[in-house]
Amino acid sequence: MTEAILTMTGISKEFPGVKALSEVDFRLLPGEVHALMGENGAGKSTLIKVLTGVYDIDQGDIVLDGEPVRFSGPLQAQHAGVSTVYQEINLCPNLSVAENIFIGREPRFLGHIRWSTVERRARELLRRLQLDIDVSATLGTYSLAVQQMVAIARAIDISAKVLILDEPTSSLDASEVQQLFRVIRQLKEEGIAILFVTHFLDQVYEIADRITVLRNGRLVGEHRTSELTLIDLIGKMIGKELEVLERLEDRPKRLAEDAVPLVDARELGRKGAVAPFSLTIHKGEVVGLAGLLGSGRTEVARLIYGADKADHGQLTVAGRAVTMRGPRTAMANDIAFCSENRRTEGLIEELTVRENIVLAMQATRGWTRPIPRRRQDELVDKYVKALDIRPPNPDALVRNLSGGNQQKVLLARWLITEPRLLILDEPTRGIDIGAKAEIQRLVAQLSDGGMAVLFVSAELEEVLRLSHKVAVLRDRQLIAELPNDDSLDVDRVMETIASGAKP
Amino acid sequence: MTTFADVRSRLARPQQRRYLPLYATLALLALMYGSGVAQYEAFSDPQVVLNVFIDNGFLLVVAVGMTFVILTGGIDLSVGAVVALTTMVSATLLQEQGWPAFTVLPLVLLIGATLGFGMGCIIHYFEIQPFIVTLAGMFLARGLCYTIGTSSITIDDPFWTRMAQSKVRFGDNFISPSVIIALVVVLVAVYVLAFTRLGRNTYAIGGNPRSAHLMGLPIARTRIAVYTISGFCSALGGVLLSFYMLSGNSLHAVGMELDAIAAVVIGGTLLTGGSGFVLGTVLGVLVLGLIQTLITFDGRLSSWWTKIVIGALLFAFILLQRLITPRKR
Repeated sequence: MTEAILTMTGISKEFPGVKALSEVDFRLLPGEVHALMGENGAGKSTLIKVLTGVYDIDQGDIVLDGEPVRFSGPLQAQHAGVSTVYQEINLCPNLSVAENIFIGREPRFLGHIRWSTVERRARELLRRLQLDIDVSATLGTYSLAVQQMVAIARAIDISAKVLILDEPTSSLDASEVQQLFRVIRQLKEEGIAILFVTHFLDQVYEIADRITVLRNGRLVGEHRTSELTLIDLIGKMIGKELEVLERLEDRPKRLAEDAVPLVDARELGRKGAVAPFSLTIHKGEVVGLAGLLGSGRTEVARLIYGADKADHGQLTVAGRAVTMRGPRTAMANDIAFCSENRRTEGLIEELTVRENIVLAMQATRGWTRPIPRRRQDELVDKYVKALDIRPPNPDALVRNLSGGNQQKVLLARWLITEPRLLILDEPTRGIDIGAKAEIQRLVAQLSDGGMAVLFVSAELEEVLRLSHKVAVLRDRQLIAELPNDDSLDVDRVMETIASGAKP
Repeated sequence: MTTFADVRSRLARPQQRRYLPLYATLALLALMYGSGVAQYEAFSDPQVVLNVFIDNGFLLVVAVGMTFVILTGGIDLSVGAVVALTTMVSATLLQEQGWPAFTVLPLVLLIGATLGFGMGCIIHYFEIQPFIVTLAGMFLARGLCYTIGTSSITIDDPFWTRMAQSKVRFGDNFISPSVIIALVVVLVAVYVLAFTRLGRNTYAIGGNPRSAHLMGLPIARTRIAVYTISGFCSALGGVLLSFYMLSGNSLHAVGMELDAIAAVVIGGTLLTGGSGFVLGTVLGVLVLGLIQTLITFDGRLSSWWTKIVIGALLFAFILLQRLITPRKR
């Protein structure tokens, strides 16, 4: 076995209140493509940032090429031989291709930049990557894939030991991905160690020799790609934690019988976000969206809500065709959306519980008709009690509430508008188990009361426990719609994701 | 040595959209000149064009400095006031204090560069909008003028008068020494922008400051340098203006910052930064100068029409910029 070029041992990194990485080991061999996998918050990007010196390490050692190293920033890492190419291309679109590769390091004679040398060397370098383009043309005139490769060319010209590719394929189409992979294989041949981060599973199996899986800041394992099946990989990424959750009484997992669905999305899609999909949601039905991070879960929810504009397909609400022009149209159609980022997109932390709760209702009434204070108090009291928001003080600042209680405030806000469809995007993320169970019970109650719910969660078990129907997403496509009968369990959903049964 | 081949290969690049505004300005210039020649017999005298240079040499120098700033995506509103300050300081020191010309010259240039350096530091280190910092600089410099004196001071220093009155002749035509200085400034600026790291970093910052930072380019040094260059060019423009006017006056160059910005934009430099050429700025200044000349030749229109035409042209060029730059989202 070849000697590892990069070894990270016992890496720990803590942020205030969060243990981002604990005791993670990682190694990279020369001439291999190594995929780093994990769900959101698993610690992938923290590991990369620790490696490239963006963050300090609390504990652990990094050995590069036999030397212990600790970088103070990406530039230093780059000089030592560790280059990173990010998803967002960090080049200047207004400069020429050649210049982007060499800027800051131009060959000069008495301060005079020798353009002919710059362009000749750029051409040679790109030819090595089997890219024959006009290096004097402006970078911005080329496709993203080419720009990505120019970024790689710059990275390997500066240093060529370790190349980190952070989600390089997110904005590329299939043929561009192939072009990129050809370059990656070429670099691999030359002995460069490549760390590849992506959430596209197919691509991992296509290009990676080895896979390291992280979950919740811990190392789950390092495997040869050939020895790890897709379903095992997914299992390792998601984990099957047996949570001590309050059992929900076995509710009749009825399928809705209304002939006309409340929401009917036909071939709804948005370029670059999610491929056209069809989905119906009936009154009183809970529809779960399952899939890995980046599979398009949130994108589906946002399209139905109209937070992003669909460029394909048609949405029908209660039999009436609707053009979603944004949150106001959605609210006019009684659709409510609890966003995934409750801090940045939902709650206003500087306001009190009361103010946050009445916000959406006030918005639907219009600012010229303020809700009388007495009515406000009534409503807020009712929901603070119903959802058991603690502390039960309507004048507390939302900032000071725990995550679970903040989530409940956000829910209350939407519930008082009495929506027909409630979209919940990761409502239980980052909150403790008790609050989680309460929110799940609440969802069940609401659906029993006739409200339709679109439930998005990274936790498959939670999705299965609540939903009448599960829509499975993979690589930004809706690949299957499974009725949640007794035969459906986490394994079958995982199998569906793994097999990628495309419609 | 590679310079000639280099220049050629850089000029022979494929036709790209970034040259479009430059061609538009060139076409406009040709059109204006052609219509002038067609209408007025005297217009075909080459001296008409040379006079445009003579009358606008100082503006050209100031606009070159402004080009550097705008290429980084910034703006410098202080240039007009720095020009006035330079004429005022020169006039006082020469006339009232009796300083020799060759002490005054470097001193006023240093004052301009220092003002620019200071504003650049504030803009970079305190992350304040260039607009507001240079606006403050504008008030500061203009205010300083009035503390020196509120009336016009005539300069009769021998060096100054020589620079004002001597003519560089070739054939029947002539230019002033100031024009030569301005053209040297243009050539130096063209060289710096095309062939030095400072110049290329200027473009990179204008293109994408975040990327430039991640690529390890010296953002602080470059950004401060462009404002220093602009300050220096303003001071030099002030010196040229005082050669031209032979006086120092707090009311000189009121609104010149706007003429300079207009020249740069008409010359095809994007206000968002990252794209543009000093030669474009030269064309921009020529356009402004020719408009004035045409209106003078016509004789019927008041000189304020110059402003109206410049306004219309600015609109047209900004629209053109909008059309050729890819829109985000």
